[in-house]
Amino acid sequence: MIEMKLVSKRFGKINPLSIEEYIKFDGYKNLVNALSMEKTEIIEEVQHAYLRGRGGAGFPAAIKMMALAKETSEDKYIICNADEGEPGNFKDRYLMENDPHQILEGMIISAYATGATKGFIYVRGEYQKSMSLLKWSIDEAKKKGYLGKNILGKKFNFDIEVRSGAGSYVCGEEFALIESIEGNPGRTRVKPPFPTTKGLYGKPTLINNVETLATIPLIIEMGGKEFAKIGTPSSTGTKLISLSGNVKNKGVYEIPFGVPIRDVIYKLGGGIENDRKIKMVQLGGACGPIIPEYMLDMIIDFERFEEFDSKTGAGAIIVMDERFDLFDILLKIVRFFEHESCGKCTPCREGHIQLANLVIKFIERKATVKDMVSLESLARVIHQASLCGLGQTSPTAIISSLKYFRDDYLDRIEHPEKA
Amino acid sequence: MLLKELLQKYPKKEDQLIEILLEYQNEKIDHYISKEEITEVSKYLDVPESKVCSVLSFYTFFSDKPRGKHIIQVCKDVPCYVSSNIDVLKIIEKELGIRINETTPNQQFTLEFTSCLGCCEAAPAMRINDKIYTHLTADKIKAILSEYKVYM
Repeated sequence: MIEMKLVSKRFGKINPLSIEEYIKFDGYKNLVNALSMEKTEIIEEVQHAYLRGRGGAGFPAAIKMMALAKETSEDKYIICNADEGEPGNFKDRYLMENDPHQILEGMIISAYATGATKGFIYVRGEYQKSMSLLKWSIDEAKKKGYLGKNILGKKFNFDIEVRSGAGSYVCGEEFALIESIEGNPGRTRVKPPFPTTKGLYGKPTLINNVETLATIPLIIEMGGKEFAKIGTPSSTGTKLISLSGNVKNKGVYEIPFGVPIRDVIYKLGGGIENDRKIKMVQLGGACGPIIPEYMLDMIIDFERFEEFDSKTGAGAIIVMDERFDLFDILLKIVRFFEHESCGKCTPCREGHIQLANLVIKFIERKATVKDMVSLESLARVIHQASLCGLGQTSPTAIISSLKYFRDDYLDRIEHPEKA
Repeated sequence: MLLKELLQKYPKKEDQLIEILLEYQNEKIDHYISKEEITEVSKYLDVPESKVCSVLSFYTFFSDKPRGKHIIQVCKDVPCYVSSNIDVLKIIEKELGIRINETTPNQQFTLEFTSCLGCCEAAPAMRINDKIYTHLTADKIKAILSEYKVYM
């Protein structure tokens, strides 16, 4: 079996509304253990686990924790990034709706280890159910003394507040998210300083993805070194995969890193509907690369994904069968980013409009070789000259398709008569 | 609830702006924030009106124009697109007799696009007010809409 249910072990087995059921199923046990450890020991376990951020970028979690821990400010914050807006991703929603306390437990342990005083969960506005569940769970945790003042009799105070997004994809970017919590339009800031130095309300802030935080209790339970034995050298542990598109069994699957994409699609996803052929697969979400069928033996691994120069690591796999046209898909992706660009950086604000115009030329078979060159150079300008992850990763689909689907481009240029 | 009453629930802090606007707009039958309300919120939080306006125009949830009682949002992203055998938008447009970004003459429905709703495993999907509907078929869409027309 290629599935390995660790972070998702309680999915469907407990009532997410019941803190008692969570506690019965090993819940808050790891918090109790963590509170008896030295703070530095907890971070060391995360370091030994070599846990990398599950939101896409794959930044080592322990480095951020250490950075926050060494800050001496009186107020320090932890933000759980639940602004899961990347098309094709829904694993954080599964975590929030199936096992909300695991996320809270991970936040509380992280807060204890880093000396954070308050936590925020920033949930995208579309996820009303997740938000209600989290608010309910926070109240339950307070009643049991896992949140609030003197947690479990320790000199440790920590509270969590849920904040709602209002329909903005870019707010998943850490500084845009901070701006949004502060009540501003979600436009990013120039880094450095990084959030761990100067984040929310100007205070040191640790921002982690939902899945990253949900993995922390597991690391305490297993020990960092045991955790690191799962997966591959560059990518330890397990990953929640959001599988969607033209597969028979869509859904969220937890696998150890290192599983080939093909196995996820065929063994877990049950293959393609009506046994059609795969035309293309997009990895990570709208900001990820589009790869052809012959590349599906590549394994799911941060290092392997890095070659695409994109934040592919959130774990979405969107399968598209032979009925679909590359350029129709590209236009949808570009339009998405055109709408979601915050407008701060000119290459991103104006660039997506021009990318769309160029893609339309290919759809209408009116494109020339010059258009293909313009498309590539414009995509690279947006990638290089944008301040935040949105513009830096939005052209990935175009850039990867130019590499792997060159024949599709050339066909449009060479055969205008087919239109 | 009156805006004045709603504001009293919130601390006079700038970072409450989005939460206030979300809750208030949600409660209003026409789901928008008017010019007078912008002034009132800006006075309460002691922020310039321009700040309130910038937030309103930035986030897609907000509107400064009246909308229908029920806001229907159709996902337009790739996972829904490739998983659909039907054109959700066209079916709704035909059912309600309006186009995208329009409101029915009786002010009951406004039709909008939304970015991915995060339920791609159950595509195609749409959202009406706060509720997400998945696994849509032509018949299901018609049934949902009649329910809203008759009961809500």
